[in-house]
Amino acid sequence: MRYSYYPGCSLHSTASEYDLSTRAVMEALGVELVELSDWNCCGASSGHASSHFLTYALPLRNLILAEKQAAGDLLVPCAACYNLLKTADYKMASRDGEAESLNSEMQTIMGRRYEGRVQVRHVLEVLALPEIRRKIAAGVTRPLSGLKVAAYYGCLLSRPPQVVAFEDNPEQPTTMDAVLRLAGAEPVPWWGKTDCCGASLAISQPGLVETMVGRIVSAASYAGATALVTACPLCQSNLDTRQAPGQEMMPVFFITELLGLALGLAGSDKWLRRHMCDTQPVLAGVGGSLTAAHGKAGM
Amino acid sequence: MAAIEPVVEFGRRVETHSGQPVNRCYQCRKCSGGCPLTFAMDILPHQLIRLVQLGLSEKALQSKTIWVCAACRTCVSRCPNGIDTAAVADALKQMAVESGTAVAENKVYAFHQSFLQSVRSNGRLHELGMIAGYKLKTKTYTQDLAMGLGMFRRGKLKLMAEKISRRDEIRQIFARSGEVKA
Ligand code: SF4
Ligand code: SF4
Repeated sequence: MRYSYYPGCSLHSTASEYDLSTRAVMEALGVELVELSDWNCCGASSGHASSHFLTYALPLRNLILAEKQAAGDLLVPCAACYNLLKTADYKMASRDGEAESLNSEMQTIMGRRYEGRVQVRHVLEVLALPEIRRKIAAGVTRPLSGLKVAAYYGCLLSRPPQVVAFEDNPEQPTTMDAVLRLAGAEPVPWWGKTDCCGASLAISQPGLVETMVGRIVSAASYAGATALVTACPLCQSNLDTRQAPGQEMMPVFFITELLGLALGLAGSDKWLRRHMCDTQPVLAGVGGSLTAAHGKAGM
Repeated sequence: MAAIEPVVEFGRRVETHSGQPVNRCYQCRKCSGGCPLTFAMDILPHQLIRLVQLGLSEKALQSKTIWVCAACRTCVSRCPNGIDTAAVADALKQMAVESGTAVAENKVYAFHQSFLQSVRSNGRLHELGMIAGYKLKTKTYTQDLAMGLGMFRRGKLKLMAEKISRRDEIRQIFARSGEVKA
């Protein structure tokens, strides 16, 4: 199994632990990743706010590069990048007047058009493939037993459903819960799964975002979870840094980090040390001896 | 007083600019019911759409709502008429800036400007550069300092920008975008 890999800007900086853990987990599951050569920022979360043309053109350049690289479907770990790439692909598939004019602009700029042959896949979608699930089930050496988590999907993995759907019910997604169960963790039923955390306003409206994050964290904690799990660098960073001061902090994992721990992969200590909110207390006692593997994660 | 525009004209411009069938809205309010940011809005999402239908351009363009919409896309997922209110808000933001209307949430605008400036010059987002640009524009020098330091210490913020090699292509994309300059 081979994919072109589009990490996106966050995985090269603020969410490097998501990049490292995705690569490690995919390798352990026999999935080869070929990083898309010369990829550019897809524009999330400002391109669409400033220009209709940028909404499509920035992701479109990446789709054209992926088509040229021809190393399989395009694997994307960031929910925002995934959403924009899917949106551009959906637009181009409509072949309406605007799609045609976008293609001729790209022909002038890059000397290439988009033929519509790229399948954009989110990491979660690949982890949920039957063949991959079997490999996960067979590969778990340190089940995360006793770890109660709230799977948080956020906005952009399932909205709008006609463009990005890989969930049967976009209002009640389940793929991450299923993967967590395979890893031995206990995902709780809760109502905050697809609520917006406000990540696109994290810098410009921190006050509003604290309210939004607060709602999600208290819903997760009310449902009995001790940690949140995400599949998006913007959600993770926002939830990890915008919990109101003075409250008890809830750690926020990437799904690939927890899978890496369950599969017993080396390097998990390095991933978890990059979190702002200490992950150690909730991992203490989980699956017996997990904490020994990942060392100190505190400030 | 601003020049009076025929009612249908403004709605038509918004429809073209956003690609959204604004006139199909029959005010069922599902969009506002599910919107996570109503607590911070001056007009609700369904009211924004109504203002556009009625051609009340000033109220729509001056609203806070168009800037605090987080583009979470809950509204479009639930709208029985397939109207993407976030795309309408995006179009209105651009029209507000183009027409010189006072921007109701300057910080959001400054964020988008700083973000795109970084992408325009590097091809990828350089967070530290973007944040520096944002702080200069908004004079919010002390906001989030401790957090920024913590992130820096954990290797989450890079000093140097990552640049792609064919930046000329990005420059050309921006040149064709008609993106509104600061
Ligand atoms: S959900 Fe759609 S039809 Fe209903 S009020 Fe909102 S925009 Fe109008
Ligand atoms: S996209 Fe904007 S208007 Fe629509 S529900 Fe989300 S925040 Fe509200």
